[in-house]
Amino acid sequence: MQNNTFVQVKDVSRFYGTSCAVNKISFDVKRGEVLGFLGPNGAGKSTTMMMLTGNLAPSEGEIIINGIDILDKPRQAKANIGFLPEQPPLYRDLTVDEYLRFCAQLHRIRSAKIADALDSAKQRCGLTEVGPRLIANLSKGYQQRVGIAQAIIHSPAVVILDEPTVGLDPIQIREIRQLIRELGGEHSVILSSHILPEIQATCDRVQIIHRGELVLSDTVEGLNHYMHESCLVIVLRQPPAVAELETITGVTAVETMDEQRFKLYHEPGQSPAEALVELAVQNQWRLTELTPEKRSLEQIFVDITTSEKTADASDDAAKEQVA
Amino acid sequence: MIFTIAAKELKALFLSPMAWAILAVVQAIVAYFFLIYLDYFVTLQPQLAMLPNAPGVTSMVVAPLYATVATILLLVTPLLTMRLISEERRNKTLSLLMSAPVSASEIILGKFVGIAGFLLLMLLLITLMPLSLLSSGQLDAGLMLSGILGTVLVICSFAAAGLYISTLTAQPTVAAVGTFGLLLLLWIVDIAGNTGNENNVLAYLSMLNHNQALLRGIFSSADVIYYLLFIITFMVLSIRRLDAERLQH
Repeated sequence: MQNNTFVQVKDVSRFYGTSCAVNKISFDVKRGEVLGFLGPNGAGKSTTMMMLTGNLAPSEGEIIINGIDILDKPRQAKANIGFLPEQPPLYRDLTVDEYLRFCAQLHRIRSAKIADALDSAKQRCGLTEVGPRLIANLSKGYQQRVGIAQAIIHSPAVVILDEPTVGLDPIQIREIRQLIRELGGEHSVILSSHILPEIQATCDRVQIIHRGELVLSDTVEGLNHYMHESCLVIVLRQPPAVAELETITGVTAVETMDEQRFKLYHEPGQSPAEALVELAVQNQWRLTELTPEKRSLEQIFVDITTSEKTADASDDAAKEQVA
Repeated sequence: MIFTIAAKELKALFLSPMAWAILAVVQAIVAYFFLIYLDYFVTLQPQLAMLPNAPGVTSMVVAPLYATVATILLLVTPLLTMRLISEERRNKTLSLLMSAPVSASEIILGKFVGIAGFLLLMLLLITLMPLSLLSSGQLDAGLMLSGILGTVLVICSFAAAGLYISTLTAQPTVAAVGTFGLLLLLWIVDIAGNTGNENNVLAYLSMLNHNQALLRGIFSSADVIYYLLFIITFMVLSIRRLDAERLQH
């Protein structure tokens, strides 16, 4: 069990002054797992990652990396981590080779093995051709890749990437995602993003963090379950009264989008499409469009984060009453 | 690990035109002073020859030269030390060092060794000037070595103070101004002490006073310990400051 859990986070909190950035977060990451951190801006994603990498000390709680407590033995624990911060930590005056060599030395790779480590990191990140070039002259996408190469050069058990695809073009994003999936094979990967399809495309497990708290932790399949179709968009040339649409079996609510366009809500898995088509033919509503709409991860995300906010508000109200 | 960071620091210095410009300008100015002192000595030489126990070329040229070097480096060191930590912080590269298996002491010591190495290289180039006098005469080796030792200690103290100020801010220019202010203050702090004998503490604090004895060839362990304490104090402060980065504040 211990050997397969690379990261253990237990009740970790972090305060900046009196404001609480991260509040009692606990989670585990297993070997080979890709964990996605999702959250709006300022939710505490970066703070959590900084704590995992020893850049910030947690105010409370315990972080164990590959069986080593990061507060007790920071050096040994950090040797198991590769970190790409939000802004890649690049020395722009150095060439890619010089920079990666320095990173390899910092991570105490033996000098005999540095050349190999350098080659494999460059090859994995598609940097073989830019080795002798100055980092300052590389495009943003290549700089990002150098940042990732820096994080994996010492083959750490855990790779932590903070918004790895920010500022990249779609092709680069696909390549980086591919790379992250590959990394997931042997390393554990934690990545943060506020781009939802990215998390869906790359991660095994998703954690949504909001206002410093974990509000959801589930596998991507589990999330897909949430995302079952629950809504049909239809266009009727000769629409009946809204009340008539509401009577169709399975329809829970009708929303009028414009004169001919309607949104029919239904319970997940109980699509009224068939009944609707039959009725449309019988009554000559002249159905011209029927589109099942999926609840996107985005919607779930918005639902969770906004409902949380109202819950918080009532909490606050309760606290005030107590006070 | 310290040397990895030091080597990277030196490399970064020489990759920027700044280091070359500073080396060139300092060398030119020191050379000018060297010629002035030499010229002065040559003019006075006939009169000096008549005196018993006359001061030689070492105390007439070399000692004032090193005193001048210390003053020039007071102006120059802040420019070199300003970017040590503050630029890393500004460019967000500090997290590379912080998330690597390296302790704060190693980072600070590495930075210090790197910058001190550069300054010592500069001193080596400067020392070539008085050494050139060997081609036409003799130098007092003891006096010269004591002068070099004094200058090395002064330079390292400047570097340590500059390094500490650089850990305090994310703006290199602020670090430069702060370092310059601190060094200048410590240089001239004894002015206040000159009025009466009571204020010996201020005179003792002055960096200038401790260097002067060494330049005259007087090796007093108190002076050397003053500089060593100065360096250690600022190193410890820097390490603590860098460690505090992670903590709650």
